[in-house]
Amino acid sequence: MNPDHHVILRVTGKFLIPIIVLFALYVQFHGELSPGGGFQAGVIIAVGVILYALIFGVVDAMKRIPPIFSRSLAAAGFFIYGSVGVWSLINGGNFLDYDFLVAEGPEGHWGQHIGIIIIEIGVLFAVAGSMLTIFYSFAGRAPEIDDEDW
Amino acid sequence: MPFDIVSLLPDALVRHLPALVVVFPMLLAPITAVVPSWRVAWAIVLAGIVGSVICAFALVQVVYADGTLSYALGGWAPPLGIEFVVDKMNAPILLLVAIIGTLATIYALPTMVKEIPEEKRALFMSAFILCMAGLLGVAVTGDAFNLFVFLEISSISTYVLVAIGGMNDRRAFTAAFNYLIMGSIGATFYVIGVGFLYAATGTLNMTDLAARIPEVADSTTIHAGFAFIVVGLGLKLAMFPLHQWLPNAYAYSPNFVTVFLAATATKVAFYALVRLLFSVFSPALEFQQMTFTWVLAPLAAIAAITCSFQAVFQTDIKRMLAYSSVAQVGYMLLGLALATELGLSAGLFHLINHAMMKGALFMAVGGVALSLGSSQLRDFAGVARKAPWTMTAMAIAALSLVGVPLTAGFLSKVALFKAALVEGWWWVVVVLAMSSVLAVLYVGRILESTFFKTPGPTQMNVREAPIMLLLPLWVLALANIYFGIDASFITNLTDGAASIAFPGVRP
Repeated sequence: MNPDHHVILRVTGKFLIPIIVLFALYVQFHGELSPGGGFQAGVIIAVGVILYALIFGVVDAMKRIPPIFSRSLAAAGFFIYGSVGVWSLINGGNFLDYDFLVAEGPEGHWGQHIGIIIIEIGVLFAVAGSMLTIFYSFAGRAPEIDDEDW
Repeated sequence: MPFDIVSLLPDALVRHLPALVVVFPMLLAPITAVVPSWRVAWAIVLAGIVGSVICAFALVQVVYADGTLSYALGGWAPPLGIEFVVDKMNAPILLLVAIIGTLATIYALPTMVKEIPEEKRALFMSAFILCMAGLLGVAVTGDAFNLFVFLEISSISTYVLVAIGGMNDRRAFTAAFNYLIMGSIGATFYVIGVGFLYAATGTLNMTDLAARIPEVADSTTIHAGFAFIVVGLGLKLAMFPLHQWLPNAYAYSPNFVTVFLAATATKVAFYALVRLLFSVFSPALEFQQMTFTWVLAPLAAIAAITCSFQAVFQTDIKRMLAYSSVAQVGYMLLGLALATELGLSAGLFHLINHAMMKGALFMAVGGVALSLGSSQLRDFAGVARKAPWTMTAMAIAALSLVGVPLTAGFLSKVALFKAALVEGWWWVVVVLAMSSVLAVLYVGRILESTFFKTPGPTQMNVREAPIMLLLPLWVLALANIYFGIDASFITNLTDGAASIAFPGVRP
């Protein structure tokens, strides 16, 4: 890529992308109290990477965050969500019954607290990974016919 | 029940069976997606599906021993929480999907090598098991909205599975896209309908809906919701004239996908329609009676004749069988539209038999296509001499499709005849007879070409299908004969299912 082009874009991009990811984490962990949560945060993180890809090129972005990683991230997120359910199953509750996640009395609600946080992390991974995978498969697609060949 | 699996399983497991039957394959999907070797992915999928079969068998046994099972997801009691319900109606469907899934997975190993590029195979298995989990979920859920979610899980992975056929035949892409559009419209219509029901009753739980709908049954909201749901699910189950996506999707997807879809996807959508019509709405409602008599029954009759007729003139065997599938869905809908216990039981009986015979037919076609590289009828000339085992199994399934005595297809057609005559719907008998004559024609074309023509240079390289492929094929073919002689196992299950749909008729 020609380093002379898009200097302003690249400088502001480098400055903005960490803030975007930070904001995503804020949305993620403040999701309990204000609008937000794993889905939105996942989209924002993916947007950060997509912005990087738009400015520095898809090839460069794929080098930093390989498609195999984004795909595995999505799978891992899905798996985390499901394993919370299985964990409560093993502890004797119904599938996804957060009350059984940690050993506590009937008055305790830590299980609910922990359960939703882990699940939202799973959602974050799954959404960020899927968004990136979709973006990569669209943007990384080599055209079958060159424009000149028409 | 002739088997006893429940006593082999620990009690803690038995209580969670309704969730496990779905969760098990679903959690394997992300694992298979990241496994580096596709053979390992295949082994994981096979293990997972065998697990589902065991769960499904155990569920059938539990349901027949102790009655309906209810499972509150997340510990939230229904009707507020999502409920999984297993009763005599959906336990056989779970069993059917799981068993066909197992056979299809075994069948997948040799065909995948031929049809799918190596780097995609593990992901393909992942999409397959996700589709499986979605179908099982549709069958098991007792929540109208949750049904939509599972329907979408299975549908979206199905679009992927169909599109993978594009690696060999580019037409699979348009077929998959067409299916995507039609399937999404169907799912959207369904969810709009559920929205109307929610607006009128304030609940999404099926049992709760069934209790509340009669009070407001005369409102336009319920009527609109009913119409949206019937059309939406009609698209999914390829009810005539909403079946346009089906022939291409079946014809151009990889053979393994065709086998799986033909034997499960439309069947599960049909179950969803039965569940909604009989367990949420009620055949006693006036507008539903009218829908049965004036919409479903005529459309089903037209499907049984028109699509059989279309099948006669196809040049591609897979398309021919696909059109025949639409016609057979018409048979099942006729059974349903009778709105009697006998009719519904016959319809479901035909559903299970059709899964067996279409599964076997598509498996055999795929088995020959493996070495032939084509599914055109003219390329199949004389292949029975090259691949006698494959084609004999196909002939058995084909005869079952026509309804020759001593095959499963005969018994379910007789059951449909009986159910129709009891109601005095003699025209159904005429329609079914005409459709069967047409079935003789198109099945005859296949058999004539494969058995009685002499193989030419195109068929030089045709070989017997590998043993991994013959095994599931012959299991299905022999099942067609076995259940053609003694179908009591299936009829017990379908009678049980119909008794759930008509509570009070029989204690």
